[in-house]
Amino acid sequence: MLNTILPILIFTALALAVIGALRRIRLWRQGRPAPVNLFKGLAALPRRYLVDLHHVVARDKMISNTHVATAGGFVAAAVLMILVHGLGIASPLLGGLLLLASASMFVGSLFVARRRINPPARLSKGPWMRLPKSLMAFSVSVFLITLPTVGLLPEGLLEGSTSWFLVVVLVGLVAWGLGEMFFGMTWGGPMKHAFAGALHLAFHRRPERFSTKKGGGGRSTGLKALNLEDETAPLGVEKPADFTWNQLLGFDACVQCGRCEAACPALAAGQPLNPKKLIQDMVVGMAGGSDANYAGTPYPGKPVGEHHGTPHGPIVAPAALPEGASLVDAETLWSCTTCRACVEECPMMIEHVDAIVDMRRHLTLERGKTPNKGAEVLDNLIATDNLGGFDPGSRLNWAADLNLPRMADLQQVDVLLWLGDGSFDMRNQRTLRALVKVLRAAEVDFAVLGDEERDSGDVARRLGDEATFQSLAKRNIATLSKYRFQQIVTCDPHSFHVLGNEYGELGGVYEVRHHSTFIAELYDAGRLTFSPWKGGSVTYHDPCYLGRYNGEFEAPRNVLKALGIELKEMERSGSRSRCCGGGGGAPITDIPGKQRIPDMRMNDVKESGAELVAVGCPQCTAMLEGVVDTSAEVRDIAELVADALVERPAGEASGASRQPAATPTAEEVIV
Amino acid sequence: MPHNVNTLNDAELSVAVLVSVGRHPLTGRARRADHDARAVEMALSLGDASVQLMHAGDGGEACGDAMRGYLGMGISRVKRINQDPDADVVPALANILRFAAPQLVLTGTRAETGEGSGLVPYLLAETLGWTVVSGLAEIESIEQGVATVLQALPRGKRRRLKVRLPAIATVDSSAPAARQSAFGPARRGELADCACASVTDELQTQWRVQPARKRPKRLKIVKSASARDRFKAAAAKADSGGGQLLNDVTPEQGAEAIFTLLKEEGVLR
Ligand code: SF4
Ligand code: SF4
Repeated sequence: MLNTILPILIFTALALAVIGALRRIRLWRQGRPAPVNLFKGLAALPRRYLVDLHHVVARDKMISNTHVATAGGFVAAAVLMILVHGLGIASPLLGGLLLLASASMFVGSLFVARRRINPPARLSKGPWMRLPKSLMAFSVSVFLITLPTVGLLPEGLLEGSTSWFLVVVLVGLVAWGLGEMFFGMTWGGPMKHAFAGALHLAFHRRPERFSTKKGGGGRSTGLKALNLEDETAPLGVEKPADFTWNQLLGFDACVQCGRCEAACPALAAGQPLNPKKLIQDMVVGMAGGSDANYAGTPYPGKPVGEHHGTPHGPIVAPAALPEGASLVDAETLWSCTTCRACVEECPMMIEHVDAIVDMRRHLTLERGKTPNKGAEVLDNLIATDNLGGFDPGSRLNWAADLNLPRMADLQQVDVLLWLGDGSFDMRNQRTLRALVKVLRAAEVDFAVLGDEERDSGDVARRLGDEATFQSLAKRNIATLSKYRFQQIVTCDPHSFHVLGNEYGELGGVYEVRHHSTFIAELYDAGRLTFSPWKGGSVTYHDPCYLGRYNGEFEAPRNVLKALGIELKEMERSGSRSRCCGGGGGAPITDIPGKQRIPDMRMNDVKESGAELVAVGCPQCTAMLEGVVDTSAEVRDIAELVADALVERPAGEASGASRQPAATPTAEEVIV
Repeated sequence: MPHNVNTLNDAELSVAVLVSVGRHPLTGRARRADHDARAVEMALSLGDASVQLMHAGDGGEACGDAMRGYLGMGISRVKRINQDPDADVVPALANILRFAAPQLVLTGTRAETGEGSGLVPYLLAETLGWTVVSGLAEIESIEQGVATVLQALPRGKRRRLKVRLPAIATVDSSAPAARQSAFGPARRGELADCACASVTDELQTQWRVQPARKRPKRLKIVKSASARDRFKAAAAKADSGGGQLLNDVTPEQGAEAIFTLLKEEGVLR
């Protein structure tokens, strides 16, 4: 009897799964076209899954082992099951393998079940709570029906008239398992993540993120430019269908593991943002419906069930409609600091920040609704090329006594020192002065653009004003193209990121270094000597735009080590560093929460027991120093280095001997 | 007068806003003029009034940039009356207003470029025979051809006025700030050029224009010993102690009073 029922069950489930898959694909294809190499992507899929995805999952060893057992077991069991029970190839070898696979899956599902006993808050509940049971139903039933194939059970056991009860139970279990695993996979059950996730990996919008056999697997963090020439292209994303199809596919891949939400500083501060919920809202919008079925942490202060959307309806309600009448409230989008902690944590490699900025672009470029000081800051950038609306001619006022060499006079140097908009900020001016002192001590051949420099456009871009960003970027690129230099050095990670990762698409390709990297190199080359550190204990705060955006975690630590400082690391440091709250224009849009992000970060500093926190970013300095009542001092690495400088004895040869080494490279550039 | 204002209701209210080319005080870049943009904002806040923007000028590159700034507020077109660079725009504007016949004309108190005398609304009102109101802070209602408005007076005071339409009203920085100008609508908006004979401003051709010098500020002399007094003095508003309120006087008497004041202050010698 089983031999007739099983093939019917299996092939019905498969057929339904195919129909579901086609429907799902139709949902994704509502999105706009995207240039994706389908074939290459599919070919790269196994590696992307087995290497890159597991690289992220493996940060939690328990889960990664569980996932290998369960998913590996399932994939093998599914294929073998189709062969053995669907097509009736009852070879003992296949049967044995199938037993192994389903056993492995069962063991995995036990661990899945264990995690669900007292699930952490970041995990979604709802249908996800039944998943371990479904996994068990599938693995157990497949195991049992396969036993006769390998002769472990007498063939007749399930044939006799007395065993009808056993058969009904088994068939029921098989149907449940198949329903969740095959049917649910494409019809929107928890297993959807496997189907959508695999295709998402294959057709990811940033293929550069993945490694290849030759290595690589770099960071790809620069935002993608809007084509402003094409007047018919939408300016950002207004409705779910304005995302590209592979972005929609990416949202659908979310497993609701909540790793992103656990890392999100905005959520922790009680601002109305939760990256996981945001991704789920995009799924709701893509499929049409309300968020009432969402079973995870809501946006703080926003009850679930009040928002709904459609693929072609606006994501953020236009001013004419009351708040909450749409998919997402604007303040949710404006809470994000673009710190990329969510993207870094996401095992499905979903690009939250891209999506958020896409939607911000619509709000700023089409609706003119950048909140709070946003409009003023953008107007300043347009009129004066700097955030504060200062006279562009006063950019170098802070350095009036330093006699800084100008590019306009020298035309060609080794290092172009990019000052950034921190030039107008009195606190950052101290950092800049320190940096200049260090460069001079190491006899670096450098110059500044002076009044020719403009804001890099970082804030404009992250506030969604792509037009102002591109205008600033193009003019900066034109200025830079007048001069010859080997590299740009800056103490501002935001400028670093934009110049290094985002100007390229607009035609400006530069070798950019953060000052900590450059100082580390100078030290290694023996061009700087430090007196031993006499201060108290020190910790280091990784700026998001230096660390997660550009992968520079080591150089600042090396510099601090060279200073003789032994770091007391904070619990969240390196790639898991918590944002200072200063990125993405968040201090400008200033969405209220229960607490402030910099306060939480200074609390981390306090918990580390350090008396001083070293930073490498003007934003971080401003945000962290703005925290009242702290025990720790905030100093930029450049300041610490400048304080520790020891004059090298006059006539030391090393300075002169390096000179010839540097000059030929300068000439290479000219040729 | 073209309309029978009494039969009008809000739905048909038509508002014209005269906009000019602004100039950023630090960089001199063309932009929407702050006061004019506030006038546009006020017009847009009137609910379902039909709003028309008009500009008379030489249509240069700066003009395009500035007009895009207004379009970005969600305006679909600006009617641009092209004039010679040395033209007096009042006749052209008067012409077009007579033809377009709006019930209410809003504009900034004074332009940021060109002569910037702030006289255009008055000259237009004189030519058209309409009422002119200065320093509008808010339009409270418009019913039966009468607008109830709040006029801003110094130090945050407001005066409620009833104005019979059609009228010309000027807006300064006491009106609500202009909404953000967005790139999308600015790019889509239309600059509808139309020609109108230029009348050369003969007087202006004889002027010599030079950059303004920063005017010296009158320093407050604070004679006080305690920090509290100094703080109070610093926080106090500029005091115009010796004011004089003239009610029911003849224009001659008024002019005489102003003349005396200007002499006292050393403006006229
Ligand atoms: S977006 Fe990524 S990290 Fe966040 S819940 Fe979904 S899969 Fe997990
Ligand atoms: S980028 Fe940072 S602030 Fe924004 S959603 Fe992700 S974790 Fe939260």
